[in-house]
Amino acid sequence: MSRPYAKLPRWIDYGLIPLVNLVVAFLVAGLVVLAVGESPLQAAVLMLRGAFGYAEGFGFTLYYATNFIFTGLAVAVAFHGGLFNIGGEGQAYIGGLGVATVALSLGAILPWWLNLPLAIALSFAFGALWAFIPAYLQARRGSHIVITTIMFNFIAASLMVYLLVGVLKPVGSMAPETRTFDVGGQLPKLRGLFELFGFNLGGAPLNVSIFVALAAAFLIWLLIWRTKLGYEIRTLGFSPRAARYAGMSETRLIVVTMMISGGLAGMMALNAVMGDQYRLAIDFPQGAGFVGIAVALMGRGHPAGIVPAAILFGMLYQGGAELAFDMPAISRDMIVIIQGLVILFAGALENMFRPGIGAAYQWVRFRTEEPAGASVGEAK
Amino acid sequence: MAEPAIELIGIDKSFGAVRANKSIDLTVERGTIHGIVGENGAGKSTLMSIIYGFYQADRGEIRVGGRRVEITDPNAAIAAGIGMVHQHFMLVDNLTVVENVMLGAERSPLLRKGIATVRAELRRLEADHGLEVDPDAIVENLPVGLQQRVEILKALYRQADILILDEPTGVLTPSEADHLFEVLKQLRAEGKTIILITHKLREIMAITDNVSVMRQGEMVATRKTAETSVAELAELMVGRRVLLTVDKDVAKPGDPMLSVKRLTVKDGRGVPMVKDVSFTVRAGEIVGIAGVAGNGQSELLEALSGIRQAESGQIVLCGREIDPAKESDPAEIRRIGCGHVPEDRHHMGLVLPFEENENSILGYQDDPRYQKGLLLDLTAMRRDARDKIEGYDIRPADCRLKTANFSGGNQQKIVLAREMERDPDVLLIGQPTRGVDVGAIEFIHKRIVAMRDAGKAILLVSVELDEIRALSDRILVMFAGNIVGERGPDASESELGLLMAGVDEKEAAE
Repeated sequence: MSRPYAKLPRWIDYGLIPLVNLVVAFLVAGLVVLAVGESPLQAAVLMLRGAFGYAEGFGFTLYYATNFIFTGLAVAVAFHGGLFNIGGEGQAYIGGLGVATVALSLGAILPWWLNLPLAIALSFAFGALWAFIPAYLQARRGSHIVITTIMFNFIAASLMVYLLVGVLKPVGSMAPETRTFDVGGQLPKLRGLFELFGFNLGGAPLNVSIFVALAAAFLIWLLIWRTKLGYEIRTLGFSPRAARYAGMSETRLIVVTMMISGGLAGMMALNAVMGDQYRLAIDFPQGAGFVGIAVALMGRGHPAGIVPAAILFGMLYQGGAELAFDMPAISRDMIVIIQGLVILFAGALENMFRPGIGAAYQWVRFRTEEPAGASVGEAK
Repeated sequence: MAEPAIELIGIDKSFGAVRANKSIDLTVERGTIHGIVGENGAGKSTLMSIIYGFYQADRGEIRVGGRRVEITDPNAAIAAGIGMVHQHFMLVDNLTVVENVMLGAERSPLLRKGIATVRAELRRLEADHGLEVDPDAIVENLPVGLQQRVEILKALYRQADILILDEPTGVLTPSEADHLFEVLKQLRAEGKTIILITHKLREIMAITDNVSVMRQGEMVATRKTAETSVAELAELMVGRRVLLTVDKDVAKPGDPMLSVKRLTVKDGRGVPMVKDVSFTVRAGEIVGIAGVAGNGQSELLEALSGIRQAESGQIVLCGREIDPAKESDPAEIRRIGCGHVPEDRHHMGLVLPFEENENSILGYQDDPRYQKGLLLDLTAMRRDARDKIEGYDIRPADCRLKTANFSGGNQQKIVLAREMERDPDVLLIGQPTRGVDVGAIEFIHKRIVAMRDAGKAILLVSVELDEIRALSDRILVMFAGNIVGERGPDASESELGLLMAGVDEKEAAE
């Protein structure tokens, strides 16, 4: 047995270690706040209160979280197949085109609940197609998917500027955006639902697409761990040679995995475009595609981790905005620093504390179990 | 009597809850060759890593020449006069011999002086020990045996008195191994101390003065080689008697199940690795392919199993012709009725992070019996896995356990169970017992023979000559991509060894 560290129980792996990472991230962020002369404790209170303290703030937190569930799942699916999809941003952007197609053409004709499935299908299809090209290039030509998906973000951004400035902009308007969707192209907010429980969401844009996001999380869990396709994706992700040995087609798997990933990123547009802004505006994803990478890493690729991680980042977005508003010394950029620290500790340095925690756990367990082990030895 | 060259007293080392070394005592006399044998995972490598400073012992002390030393890193080991030749060479392939020997001992920012010193020293070592090697040769152009010699020279250049060799013959042809032993004997004659780690008992018998046996982290015995036997050492290693030979009747070959005609296969770089090879495997026989690793066996197996596209030639499998022009498809080969136990079980035969039951359907994931609507039928998968665990005595008997947590032997049993329980007509087996402990080897060999007796055609590739000779009904020897000879199972080892080294068949017959 030459494994240096034995397997850790799940509560350490999925509970304690992310928690420790998070605490350290906030401690370092606290130092930054201290450095600009504000009280870290007060900042934390402001941030938490902004994100969770009142119904409207919570509504905003969940609205952002919805975006991040979609993009986080997108990154996670690709990750299981051993692919790093950095193109969530562009795929979400193009996905907006799918949503807008439905909302602009059918918004005046069909009610929202008939338009929603169509918008889901089209946003998924548009995002998937945008991911198809890098996927095909990777599978057939070996062009590295990280590079191509990054480049496709820029292509998507330029394409959308072209479309929004030239093609989709209503005549006479100055803003680079489509006209406002008709009522059938607008997803209902959850204000009424929350009022039943006595909460006032105020102007929070939380809408029905959060249920679509949660359903997607469940379906992705089912896909990855309960279907043959998921089995093949995981095999490819862990060992391309084993996938080849098992007779799986690498080309097909790369393309299918990336298209599912791109499609999920595209579905993020449901929330932002059809659920909040009711129009397709320039740069609407606002970095959600990139945050999805951190969410997927922190959630360890599992939907049950991605949903809480998405809520955490929703909190950082919403609470951060309130913090920047209430503490003049803390600018919007400071919030980005804090978000960056969370990404750094929870994502990039995820394994920093693992050896230490593992060793401590083994030490504790070894000490408590040794007498029992010794008596077994004597019994022989 | 002189002080022993090296003494270990009460060495203890744990990794987490696993105690890799338990109070090890070892004394190695100066000017002797001391063998250390043990199964995989017995703790040999850990112990040597402690001596060479890769790990620190939790308890215990190391004495070199009677003096206690603290070996905190490999530099300290070198300073104490200890040199190590690793199983996987630590050489820079595209540097010359001189540059490799100098690496880490350049002494000054400009290399001129260093190179001159190394050259002079290499000439002296050549004269003293007969360690001949072209100092300006690029290392990657040297045969494996000479590369190993460069490793030895590196250690001697650093004034090593104690030389540790970790599985030195694993990559050598028998004649290269003989040559190495000559060198080692000569070094011994000059007063150097050599520690030889191996799992090949015959080498121990052939060359060592003393031998120590490790089992499950403990040093269970030390013997004078002259006073022990292979059987005793094998028993000490596993703690019980094992069969070193395989009981089997004479084969009753039937119809040809796999025939290969003029097959040529290129590797990833476009270099032909299998050249114009033809042979046939019949039902009810085991055909063994002997050869030193890297002579085309791997590519041959991969081409036959559809993993690698063949360049040209003809393969007829169970009466069906496989068109080499068509894109090869491992799933198709499997459907025709050909199982494959791959050489590289860690990266090909298994997905180590998977649960055991997930691995037990790898390659057969399309089988309708594992499907339930759109989903996989986990109940069926696990039931199936539990049956195989029982039938093949896979331990621990837990089909939900991560595959990486099984030992090498049990991992191999997982692969074997998966491929054999499909009852294929043809079974391709690569390195069935590599990294597998002695107890499991016996089991695996019995299973392979049972498959043969059930009338299956079996193609066995192994670099272990003993295994090939024990199992095969016919032996084909591969060298440089060609089949250079066919022999019966009674062929002598030296005869096969010569063929493996590429010596002409007529010369070999003499």
